[in-house]
Amino acid sequence: MKARIIVTLKNGVLDPQGKAIEAALKSLAIQGVEGVRQGKVFDIEVSATDASAAEATLRTACEKLLANTVVENYAIEIL
Amino acid sequence: MRAAVIVFPGSNRESDVVRALRRSGAQVSLVWHADHELPAGTDLAVLPGGFSYGDYLRCGAIAGRAAAMDAVRAHAARGGLVLGICNGFQILCESGLLPGVLMRNVNRRFICHRQTLRVERTDTRFTSAYRPGQVIDVCVAHGEGNYFADPETLARIEGEGRVAFRYCDAEGAITVEANRNGSLNAIAGVLSENRAVLGMMPHPENFVEDLIGGTDGRGLFDSLAA
Repeated sequence: MKARIIVTLKNGVLDPQGKAIEAALKSLAIQGVEGVRQGKVFDIEVSATDASAAEATLRTACEKLLANTVVENYAIEIL
Repeated sequence: MRAAVIVFPGSNRESDVVRALRRSGAQVSLVWHADHELPAGTDLAVLPGGFSYGDYLRCGAIAGRAAAMDAVRAHAARGGLVLGICNGFQILCESGLLPGVLMRNVNRRFICHRQTLRVERTDTRFTSAYRPGQVIDVCVAHGEGNYFADPETLARIEGEGRVAFRYCDAEGAITVEANRNGSLNAIAGVLSENRAVLGMMPHPENFVEDLIGGTDGRGLFDSLAA
């Protein structure tokens, strides 16, 4: 089973990289960009065959390693 | 004082910290990250600076879950001393031994320069050789040293007097200019609740010899070895 995990910074946490990317987009004259927040995507292959078992495994993976929940949120999508 | 310096793949400041510890009279051994135990009789575990695991995922994230860190956590749970410098501080935050997290520097640059710090408390095993409020001249070298914690955690750290060092100017004033990485409350070093664990971004081990240009880092190692 394939899954995708998206890790994003929590609201209010400063994101200097996002700010730099936003400035770079502006320097390319790309119009209409009002803000950029950078995150991470993990595409993960899991051996579980039912979605709830896969989700439980991935939740543990997020809590233990993939996200630092002090500053990051995570979302799990079973594909 | 028996110290164990934990070496991760990508650590690169272990030799300097070993030298600084030995200079102050400590017996030092090196422990590989995959080891499950610290040497018997270890008083102090040290996590040196560097780029453990290439800073993959997040700085200190993978090192924070290494086998040797289980031993360090057990050592800390027994009240043992733990010191993390630079990447070691990032590892302590990632491993749950210290609160908060080190974010990308606010100016988005790797900073590498001399830095003055104000010693905020001297009643700890790490800082007893300094005077209260003393300004020490050390240096910093990091890209992710911007200390962040949620407001409740920050209030608890401050309320419990757990800030060991703050970035300051040469006169000891806490200014925006002196806090170049953007850390909340100019925090350069944080203690655990029992004050046995210290994490700090600056490098005291760089300044223990006159030949290198400064000796203000000695106080930390002399405090520990006293």
